[in-house]
Amino acid sequence: MPDPILEIRGVNKSFGPVHVLHDIDLAVYPGEVTALVGDNGAGKSTLVKCIAGINSLDSGTVSFEGTPVTLSDPRDAAALGIEFVYQDLALADNLDITQNMFLGREIRRFGFLADGEMERKARETLASLSVRTVSSVRQSVASLSGGQRQTVAIAKAVLWNSKVVFLDEPTAALGVAQTRQVLDLVRRLADQGLGVVLISHNMNDVMEVADRVAALFLGRIAAEVLTKDSSTTQIVELITAGRSGSIGLAPAMADESI
Amino acid sequence: MTTTRDQDTDRPADPGRPAGNFSLDVERRTVPAALRAYVDRLRSGEPGALPSVLGLVVLAAIFSQVSDKFISTYNIGNLPGQGAYIAIIALGLVFVLLLGEIDLSAGTTGGVCAGFAAQAVFSRGLQDGVSGLLYGSVLVFMVAMVVLGLFLKSISGPVVVAVGVVIALTGQDSHVLLALVFAVALGCAVGIFVGWLVAAVGIPSFIVTLALFLAFQGVLLFALKSQPIGINNYNLWYGLAHDNMTPFWSWVFTLVVVVGYLAFTVVKSLTAQRAGLAADTLQLVVVRGLSLAAIAIVLTYLANQNRNTNTFKTIQGLPYAATIPIALMIVTTLALTKTPWGRHLYATGGNEEAARRAGIDVRHIKVTAFTLNSGFAALGGIFLASNTGGAQLDLGAGNILLFAVAAAVIGGTSLFGGRGKPRDALLGALVIVMIPNGIGLRPNLGVQHQEVITGAVLLVAASVDALSRRKSLSGR
Repeated sequence: MPDPILEIRGVNKSFGPVHVLHDIDLAVYPGEVTALVGDNGAGKSTLVKCIAGINSLDSGTVSFEGTPVTLSDPRDAAALGIEFVYQDLALADNLDITQNMFLGREIRRFGFLADGEMERKARETLASLSVRTVSSVRQSVASLSGGQRQTVAIAKAVLWNSKVVFLDEPTAALGVAQTRQVLDLVRRLADQGLGVVLISHNMNDVMEVADRVAALFLGRIAAEVLTKDSSTTQIVELITAGRSGSIGLAPAMADESI
Repeated sequence: MTTTRDQDTDRPADPGRPAGNFSLDVERRTVPAALRAYVDRLRSGEPGALPSVLGLVVLAAIFSQVSDKFISTYNIGNLPGQGAYIAIIALGLVFVLLLGEIDLSAGTTGGVCAGFAAQAVFSRGLQDGVSGLLYGSVLVFMVAMVVLGLFLKSISGPVVVAVGVVIALTGQDSHVLLALVFAVALGCAVGIFVGWLVAAVGIPSFIVTLALFLAFQGVLLFALKSQPIGINNYNLWYGLAHDNMTPFWSWVFTLVVVVGYLAFTVVKSLTAQRAGLAADTLQLVVVRGLSLAAIAIVLTYLANQNRNTNTFKTIQGLPYAATIPIALMIVTTLALTKTPWGRHLYATGGNEEAARRAGIDVRHIKVTAFTLNSGFAALGGIFLASNTGGAQLDLGAGNILLFAVAAAVIGGTSLFGGRGKPRDALLGALVIVMIPNGIGLRPNLGVQHQEVITGAVLLVAASVDALSRRKSLSGR
């Protein structure tokens, strides 16, 4: 088994008196999809924001490729090659696909935009992800379907030779066929050697595409299991009760948390 | 919503055409394809320049019936001088409208800046023209705005303001040209202030600029010491709205613009085709460039004929009031479409949160947009004073700002942000200025007609904007 590319050890985070994250340990492996699941309020978003550098850590360490790093600004994460695709996509409707993919990181020549080069790279990136549903990278994002928009948002994240990608509910608002496309894309990202973290409520998606599942329960990691060794029922129990059979939090701790 | 959105299938972007695999990128855009794409854009709710061009044609048709003098080179040659101030203020407003903000004070900002310039040249230096308290306050304000601008990571704005401070301190503002530069610098200082209040302090731009709209009318009275100042004797200033380039330089201007446009688009098409990128065919580029060239050459030829109806004086050449706004339009278009700053401005207007997450300094973008806007407003005030022959006590007040906003909207700039072009400002201003011009040719039509017609035209334009916006949202 390869070493984890991103490793989180003993992370705690409180907002005032509310202790949101308790001693979180999480490892992301290259070439694998790690699903981060949990009920509403379990702390998924807070954990992601801590890694993104939007929230600061109270205690604990984050290691990237084996070396401890401090992430105090979203750009720190981007500089390391950690990218985040948020639920609301953050695409500008009035710009085209290429312009959105390079937003904030435009290629310049003599201070001016190098549109041709950006267009070529955008197409290369989409092609490398085997995206076949986009007919032109000069198309306005406003004219895209939900699945295509999600595709563009993900492609934007991997454009920069990123090594870890966090996807927040990428299939939440999609229909069946579009969900299919996005899940295929998620799988391809992992097959290309990226560490992928999939945050999802949808157990079908998780069981289908993830290699391992980390279940958060009231701010604690209830368990980290391999998908092939577990079942949907087991993961649902971990999410809702914090334990399932012999795995999960100690009974006392799970009860006390409730 | 009449069109149901198909959730389960990815419909091809353009039914009936090859979709997927970047087929449209490889295909070269030919003339028919470009026409088809244009019709598609119209139907999907992006009217572009069409409403303003139609407006021009309809108004011209109506006014040619009102008076046979309307379609005469003399009358049309007067339009730029009468409308340049609207065009320039609207040009600046495009930047803030692209952000989804508004500047209600653009008109009075222009009035105040032009008022200070008029006072400076009239009393041989601002120091002797206004009270010591006002002079000191203006300089302190400008220096403070240099510091604030630098703090907000803006460079060019503060540099212009600093130049203005130097001009005022050294007493060089008795020269007309330098007094006008001082006016623009003062405008930029106002813009930094507005940008700071909106972007950093967080007051809605509507409120900030409403307050300044009111306050500046009083400041103008202080600056003029409640005495209107005529500028007819200052040839440079008066000439801005009244003089023409010589026929030779008119041709030079036209050729530079036309040849520059042709060369730029042809080179772009060739390099993109060689690199295998989405490109217009050479045929399309040449057809488009040559139609533009034909229009420009015909207009220049007509402008270079003597258009005076009297025989004692020759009037010929392109008006400065046309060439200066066109040059500004070209520069601002390049800044908006070819620089990262312009791209970031569009992105901020389209989706501010997306821009912020992409690492764009949204505050900086807003401050620079307001700075440019007020700088252009000052220049607009200068053209206004030139057109009316002096700095009146209500210079820049009244409907002027509303006309400028109307011009931008009629031209196709959206009030909701993210959509618009500098070109819109000029086309819209032409529509707006045609109305009083046409009505003025028939003296028994009172000013009441002018206001009603202007209002109706604006309403039509705003409806087109709102309807097209609704259509483009529902058709997604």
